[in-house]
Amino acid sequence: MTVRRLADEQPASFDFTPENRAWCDAQIAKYPEGRQASAVIPLLWKAQAQHDYWLPKPAIEKVADILGMPYIRVLEIATFYSMFNLAPVGTHFIQLCGTTPCMLRGAEEIKKVCEEKIGPQRHVRADGKFSWLEVECLGACCNAPMVQINDDYFEDLTPENFAKLIDDLAAGRPVHKGSQMGRVTSEPAGGLTSLTSLYGVDGVSGPGSVAAKNQD
Amino acid sequence: MTKILVDGKEIDVPPEYTLLQACEEAGAEIPRFCYHERLTIAGNCRMCLVEVKPGPPKPAASCAMAVRDLRPGPNGEPPEVFTKSPMVKKAREGVMEFLLINHPLDCPICDQGGECDLQDQAMAFGGDSSRFAENKRAVEDKYIGPLVKTSMNRCIHCTRCVRFTAEVAGTGDMGSIGRGEDMEITTYLETAMSSELQGNVTDLCPVGALLPKPQSFRARPWELQKTQSIDVMDALGSAIRIDTRGREVMRILPRVNDLVNEEWISDKTRQVVDGLKVQRLDQPFVREDGRLRPSSWLEAFAAVADKVKGARIGAIAGDLASVEEMFALKLLVESFGSKNLDCRQDGVKLDPKFGRASYIFNPGVVGIEDADAVLIIGSNPRRESPVLNARIRKQWSRTGLPVGVIGERVDLTYPVQYLGAGPDTLASLAGTAFGEILAKAQRPLIIVGQGALAREDGLAILALAAQLAVKGEWNGLAVLHTAAARVGGLDLGFVPGEGALDAAAMAAGGVDVVFNLGADEIDIGTGPFVVYIGSHGDKGAHRADVILPGAAYTEKSGLYVNTEGRVQMSDRANFPPGDAREDWAILRALSDVLGHRLPFDSLNALRTKLVAAYPHMDHVDAVAVGDAAGLATLPQGSVSKAGFVCAVQDFYLTNPIARASAVMAECSALAKGRLQQAAE
Repeated sequence: MTVRRLADEQPASFDFTPENRAWCDAQIAKYPEGRQASAVIPLLWKAQAQHDYWLPKPAIEKVADILGMPYIRVLEIATFYSMFNLAPVGTHFIQLCGTTPCMLRGAEEIKKVCEEKIGPQRHVRADGKFSWLEVECLGACCNAPMVQINDDYFEDLTPENFAKLIDDLAAGRPVHKGSQMGRVTSEPAGGLTSLTSLYGVDGVSGPGSVAAKNQD
Repeated sequence: MTKILVDGKEIDVPPEYTLLQACEEAGAEIPRFCYHERLTIAGNCRMCLVEVKPGPPKPAASCAMAVRDLRPGPNGEPPEVFTKSPMVKKAREGVMEFLLINHPLDCPICDQGGECDLQDQAMAFGGDSSRFAENKRAVEDKYIGPLVKTSMNRCIHCTRCVRFTAEVAGTGDMGSIGRGEDMEITTYLETAMSSELQGNVTDLCPVGALLPKPQSFRARPWELQKTQSIDVMDALGSAIRIDTRGREVMRILPRVNDLVNEEWISDKTRQVVDGLKVQRLDQPFVREDGRLRPSSWLEAFAAVADKVKGARIGAIAGDLASVEEMFALKLLVESFGSKNLDCRQDGVKLDPKFGRASYIFNPGVVGIEDADAVLIIGSNPRRESPVLNARIRKQWSRTGLPVGVIGERVDLTYPVQYLGAGPDTLASLAGTAFGEILAKAQRPLIIVGQGALAREDGLAILALAAQLAVKGEWNGLAVLHTAAARVGGLDLGFVPGEGALDAAAMAAGGVDVVFNLGADEIDIGTGPFVVYIGSHGDKGAHRADVILPGAAYTEKSGLYVNTEGRVQMSDRANFPPGDAREDWAILRALSDVLGHRLPFDSLNALRTKLVAAYPHMDHVDAVAVGDAAGLATLPQGSVSKAGFVCAVQDFYLTNPIARASAVMAECSALAKGRLQQAAE
């Protein structure tokens, strides 16, 4: 964690697109009269999604105006949660988990790849495609180490496959989401060790397995 | 009532009491930083930990736990609270050690030193040394306005300031950004706070993080002489403490008076201090060939005596005059057979002949907390009396009080129903939605501002308001004054007698000599010879032909009657500068030269005479209730359509002392900028 401030360069204005504004109104309508402020996090989240995944000052003020809150109340929330970006990020925004399980499984190596390929933390690469941030546990410890790129998890990383992943993303090639070593969800890395009579008899586990198909 | 044991002592307290309140009831002292009686409970400083039995084997935050949350023992014994057990001592030492980890050791250069909660409690509950060898946290200082200086390294994140601006002031200026170790208290992007009560955060701050900026590095609390007094910046009469060093007023702080100001004061009350030292009239002046020339007292008196012979005389009393000096001036003018008296320089139509109930805030300031509907007519209480406005806001936040406004569209910090701009709205209120609310209300509060009364149809408007306000025993007619002297002047009958001239007629030249007792808000024409008695070189002094330098409110003892009719006495904290004298003494000396010697030689003798004539002045701190029957005598009449204009347009510059203050000027400029921004 570090001190979080608004970015130096700010756009002149911000307004929700008509679709997003309608979505915001639907969120606000979920709460009783006089409790509109409860919708502040969904609205900030939508504003961030609309604005290249970062929150500019006019967006914070817009949300405050819509909800009738003092500006400082919305700024408090935007600075509290590290998931709200207050400065521009790359089109592929990498959140790298550095908490204990990932660290033990080699997150430091992954971090080095980020530094080599992208640059220091919170720095957007010259082509605008990447920036990265070390965050706390993202809850995919069994597939450590892992990163979140925009809305997707990429797990079981090694320096090699992670470097390739970045190159593929930069080149616009299709990438595989989830585990980068082929396992399904968080099944054991070395193949199934239990329930083998049901799953994995054909060498395929998970949704594609014979057992799963039989159940359908 | 619930029985509990505090340190073995049995007490009976209401179940909704917090443990902290219960412990105080039992006489046990509980240290605290974040807890404040008049703010919501945050429970984040953890200093008030106590041990509870039966309960979990860990200390409990006494500010956030209610007596009703306690469970009796297995055999029905009353629950026990310990405030001095080893567990409590260890817990407090632990909390204190954590607080001090990031607190700088800069007490010698901190203005809070000597009146610092953290310093005091570290002495009482802290350890003797630090085990923390790492770097301390460093936080940037913030700009949050011209009145509050920040030193954010010292902040312990109690959030009292945040809660104050959100709850009491209602502007929501301050907040805490970031989190964990990086949490910082600030305003939105370091803009200035917008509340008229912002200075109170410096009193609330338990450490030296928020300090009064104008008093930076000026004085230590232990070298100040403290005088309990009464504020005259508005008609509320807030209880204040004037701190002086030698002859100089160093600062003004609030005193607790639950009947009037609770423990808040407005920024004007607090920071007008520098205005007391500049633009002062410190010697008599006489106008010669169009220019004011310094003179001696005798010369000045002689010049007055010269003009008074055989002349038509009159007197206008200003907004800061005490009851005693108005009484003395009234006696002097009446001794010349004149009835040309007026204490209403702004031309309001209030008159004591309609009874005391027609010109005071009848329900009282505390009565706001009984009201179940409020109608504000021609007033902006936020500018005319910010502390009283906070009281209305308090009642709104507790009960959802419906508030209607007729007059200017203004931001009062709580939601209002805007009804209309002028008296025609008031006249046609019956049958409207808000009219129904008022009709149903048991205790409606009808606040009438000076803006609604300082016009030709003022009395008709007052009569309309009075009809709405009286419900059985309840008289909800609340006249909100803007001048500290006004109710006192009306009590004395300092208004034109039968067939005599009012302030406007005197100013227009209806008399030959005008005694101007600090009336700086009125333009006196070129006709009359003006004798100005006052403390500051403002509008009144510029127009004067003779200036007799008087004392400002910190420099004299005097009675003031606040807007609810409460008689309060101020005390002298320092002395007037140079040759200036207390106003009553000037009038007494002048009367001698004029050959109409006033019948007293001391302030006490003057007060004895005053009390003999007006017995209620003897009951200091009490309110003589106005008889609502008098309201029926108010003349009904037609009202014009013109919209109301609030009496106070610039909160920071309402009187000569405030206009002399550089701090007030800065605040005023900032407020104007905010208004302009809002208009764009």
